[in-house]
Amino acid sequence: MITMTRETLFNLAMMAALILFPLWAWLADEPFMITLATKAVILALAGVGLNIALGLGGLVSLGHAAFFGIGGYAMGILASHAQNYTPLIETPFLIEGTKSMPVIWLVAVICSGLAALAIGALSLRTSGVYFIMITLAFGQMLFFFTISWPAYGGEDGLSIYVRNGFPGLNTLDPIQFYGICFALLALVLFFAARLARSPFGLALNAARQTAERVETVGISPYKLRLTAFVVSGMITGLAGALFADLNRFISPTMFSWQTSGEIMIFVIIGGVARLFGPVVGAVIFIALEHLLGGLSDYWHIYLGVLLLLIVLFARGGVIGTLTGREVAHD
Amino acid sequence: MTDPMMTDPVLETRGISKTFGALQASKDISLTLMPGEIHALIGPNGAGKSTLIKQIAGGLRPDAGQVFLQGREVTGLDTPARARLGLGRTFQISALAMEDTVLQNAVLGALGASGRPFRFWRAALGDKDLRARAQDALERVGLQEHAATRTAELSHGQRRQLEVAVALTLRPKAFVMDEPMAGLGTGGSLRLTGFLDGLRAEAPILLVEHDMDAVFALADRISVLVYGEVIATGTVEEIRANPDVRSAYLGDEA
Ligand SMILES: Nc1ncnc2c1ncn2[C@@H]1O[C@H](COP(=O)(O)OP(=O)(O)O)[C@@H](O)[C@H]1O
Ligand SMILES: [Mg+2]
Repeated sequence: MITMTRETLFNLAMMAALILFPLWAWLADEPFMITLATKAVILALAGVGLNIALGLGGLVSLGHAAFFGIGGYAMGILASHAQNYTPLIETPFLIEGTKSMPVIWLVAVICSGLAALAIGALSLRTSGVYFIMITLAFGQMLFFFTISWPAYGGEDGLSIYVRNGFPGLNTLDPIQFYGICFALLALVLFFAARLARSPFGLALNAARQTAERVETVGISPYKLRLTAFVVSGMITGLAGALFADLNRFISPTMFSWQTSGEIMIFVIIGGVARLFGPVVGAVIFIALEHLLGGLSDYWHIYLGVLLLLIVLFARGGVIGTLTGREVAHD
Repeated sequence: MTDPMMTDPVLETRGISKTFGALQASKDISLTLMPGEIHALIGPNGAGKSTLIKQIAGGLRPDAGQVFLQGREVTGLDTPARARLGLGRTFQISALAMEDTVLQNAVLGALGASGRPFRFWRAALGDKDLRARAQDALERVGLQEHAATRTAELSHGQRRQLEVAVALTLRPKAFVMDEPMAGLGTGGSLRLTGFLDGLRAEAPILLVEHDMDAVFALADRISVLVYGEVIATGTVEEIRANPDVRSAYLGDEA
């Protein structure tokens, strides 16, 4: 017999809402609502990425905008060469741009993974505040690099005129693009759930609590964390590519520390280390931005108040408050 | 037991020295741990017992000297590498994943022993081999009924037992235990004493312990550490009769 915890039920309800809301918006002919939902789903994906480092690994990275931005620029660079009919590189061999989403995703994931490997290899030698500062510094480095890189719009960013394509689908139709993003989120959530219970997840989770113990059984916490950081960066990079495709626009803002901060804030609000924490957090974030952003330019203040309340009174975030402490597996 | 002079030590330190600023925490320490024996390391608080354990297990580099495990020098290796070579260590202060269940902590040990922690797909607790190895260790220390309990909810004594169980999952070549009896109470100490007595047949134990009843009941040899220096090594009778030891350490207890 399968018994479901409150958290599992909550997660299923959340998935249902992510299907029903856009369906309603589609039937009611509210494309803007579909776009909002798409944005929430993409940010949730970025948050699921961060949560693997932050929640499972205990790695407080303030540099995840780097991967979000790299994913975005992978899309922007490939698509701009395709739309201008100019090759990306001619020597030593020809690389053309592309408008194919799957190819762009692959490039985005590989590039952000390599960046995470380099950044992680250096910053994971430190811990605590130093780790936060070093990841922040790497993010800022890339931010200033893109600002001063004229080839792809520099400070002004770069527009892509037509959304990239996916075989068999019309990506210009908001509901179809939403479907793509939702499917990717569901796939990654499934992977993240497996990961958390896998041998790797068990060891990573233990390394967060007591690195000494993990070393003493013959496992290197550094290797666990570096692997988690790379997986985390790859997922956030994929989200960056989708985000760029949603807006058909990339700019250095994707690399800014505010982007890192926002992802971290909504993950904390939703529930760190909870599978659906980033999903709930992203939905709340987008809802607040939509509802309060119209009333006041300073809506971030309300977000800050919510964050403060969560940190002070609800350690497990919104999910923790609604469903109680996580039940130990098995 | 075989004659110590005839066989090679399982674990050996040669001339280990370590200073912290002006404090000499280890002074030219040379010890051996022979097959089948329990070698107790005693000494007053602050004598440098835990510091020596850390240098043997890999958490701390000695300033001078070497550590050998089964004849192989491991001085330059990090803690995980030494564990993989067969060093099973327990901590003076329990180092356990408190949010995880007892079983998960034991499975972590089994996972380390398997040498393949980088598996991302199948559930760790669904792995029959890992689980069997973990449950076997829990049964041996009497924690099998608490397998599903969160470690944070265990009593102090049960945490000490789990600490030993995790080391058992490694099936090490040598145990290094830092005050496993600490805070166990009389009943718990007696039970653990009985257990360690049998364990030495599987792998020898370097045992740091304050509980003198346990030490005198278990030790084949005792080394006495005072101010970072081994002032005597010998059998229980020799150590009890040693005047230096009596004045430096046992005097206030005897
Ligand atoms: N990392 C360290 N830095 C400075 N001093 C230390 C450090 N670790 C231990 N000490 C000192 O070394 C001495 C020996 O400590 P320890 O090995 O814990 O003693 P024991 O385990 O025998 O009680 C103590 O005086 C302690 O304060
Ligand atoms: Mg000590």
